[in-house]
Amino acid sequence: MITSSILVMFGLGLACAVVLSVASKLLAVEEDPRVEAVLDALPGANCGGCGFAGCESYAAAAVRDPDVPADRCCAGGPDVAAKIAELTGKAAGSAEPMVAFRRCAKSEGNVAKRYDYQGVPSCAAAKLLGSPDACSYSCIGLGDCMRACPFDAMYMAHGMVHVITEKCTACGTCVSTCPNHVMQIVPQAARVMVLCSSLDKGKAVSEVCEVGCISCMKCVKECPAKCIALEGGKIHIDHTACLAYGSSCQEVCAEKCPRGILRCLGAAAAARVQEAEAAA
Amino acid sequence: MNYFEMLIAAIFVNNIILAQYLGCCPFVGCSKDRGVAIGMGAAVTFVASMATAFTWLMQKYVLNPFGLGYLQTLVFILVIASLVQFVEMFLKKMVPPLYKSLGIFLPLITTNCAVLGLAILAQRNEFGLGVSVFYAFSAALGFTLALFLMAGIRERLVISRVPKSMQGTSIGLVMAGLMSLTFFAFQGMIG
Repeated sequence: MITSSILVMFGLGLACAVVLSVASKLLAVEEDPRVEAVLDALPGANCGGCGFAGCESYAAAAVRDPDVPADRCCAGGPDVAAKIAELTGKAAGSAEPMVAFRRCAKSEGNVAKRYDYQGVPSCAAAKLLGSPDACSYSCIGLGDCMRACPFDAMYMAHGMVHVITEKCTACGTCVSTCPNHVMQIVPQAARVMVLCSSLDKGKAVSEVCEVGCISCMKCVKECPAKCIALEGGKIHIDHTACLAYGSSCQEVCAEKCPRGILRCLGAAAAARVQEAEAAA
Repeated sequence: MNYFEMLIAAIFVNNIILAQYLGCCPFVGCSKDRGVAIGMGAAVTFVASMATAFTWLMQKYVLNPFGLGYLQTLVFILVIASLVQFVEMFLKKMVPPLYKSLGIFLPLITTNCAVLGLAILAQRNEFGLGVSVFYAFSAALGFTLALFLMAGIRERLVISRVPKSMQGTSIGLVMAGLMSLTFFAFQGMIG
C-alpha cells in the first residue's frame, strides 16, 4: 500500500513536471526588448491619457502595432514622442496641445446650496445624496479631480477647481473622475468655450444659476462656420472647425450669448480686452 | 436533478462562499473593486470547470482502478496546480487578450480551496463527467455573484462613515456574515 501510493505520487509528479517543462519550452513567449526601452522612456504615471490601459500597454502597442502613433503620450509631450519615434522607427507627429477645462461658473451664477454637506470630503460621496448645489451639473468643489490628477495640475479656490495649464497634460483623468462630468479636454488654442455643462432645460437652469447655459441656440444659429451644435443636451463646439475658420467671425457666438456663458478664451479674449481699452 | 435546478441550487441555495464557506480568501482579498471581482470570478469559473473535468478523469482512470481513493486530496492538488500552470503558459502564448484579463488571477487560484472543493464535491455526489463540469461551472458562477455583490457593497463602504476600529477588513467580514445570513433565505427553495 505504501509502495503503490509512493509510486503513484512519484509517477504523477514526474508526469506533471515533464509536461510543464516541455510546455514552458514550447510555449515560451519572447519579449521584445524595445518594449522595455519604450516603457523606460514613458513617464510611468499610468494615467491612461493615451487611450491604453497604462504605460506598459501603450509601450507594447507602440512597438508591435505599426498603426499606433508614437506621440500618443500626452503626459510626456514632444520629448517623449521623439524618443519613442526613434525607438520604434515611426514618424513623430505633432499632436495639438490640449488642456482640461472646467465647464462650470457657479460662483458667478450665485448657485444656491441645496443642503450643507458635512460628510466625507469627496465629490463622489456627496453625489450619492444628490449634488449639494442647487444645480445638479455644477462643480461640487470637494476636489476628487484634484486628488486624482497624476500631475498636480489642479487646485481648489472659491469652491471650484482650477486647472494649471502649464502642468496639465490633458490625460483626461479628471474627466473620468468628476461625478458631474464638468471637465472636458479642449485644445489649448481653443477660441471660445461654454462654461456650463448643465443638461437641464432653460427654465430649470435660470432658476438655479444666473449665468448657466439655457440652450437658447443663439450661438448655434450665429456661428458662420456651423461648428457649434447642441449635442445630448449641452452645447458642443467643434474646435478643429472653429480654429480652421479663423478670427474673421469676430467671435460672434460669444457676443450674442444672452447669458454671457459662451466666452472668448486665450488670444481672442486678449484681443477683446485690448479693443475695449482702445475704445475707452 | 435537471440542469436548471442544479444551476439555481449551486448559485443561490448552496452558494460556494456564502453557504459552504469555501474560497473565503479571494472573497475577502479580491472584493474591493467590481472590475477585479469580475476578473477573479471569470478566472475561477474557467479553472474550476477545467479542473473538475481533469480530476474526474484522474479519479476514474487512475485512483479507482488501483484502489487509491485515499490519495484523492493530494492527487487533486497536484493535478490542479499543474493544470493551472499549464493553462497560464498556454494562454500567454495562444490567447494574449484572455491572459491579460485573467493572467494575474491564475497563480492566485492554483490551490484555491473553492476549486479543489468543487472537484471533491463533484466526486462525493457521484456525478458523471458532463454533470460534474456543469456543477463546477454553476457553483463558480455563484462564487462570481457573491464576489461581485461584496465588491459593490465595499465600494460603497469606502465612502461611508465607519467607526475607526471597524474600518477595512473587519467591516468586510461583518458584511460577509450578513450576506451569508441573507443567502440562508434561499435554503429550502429547492429540496
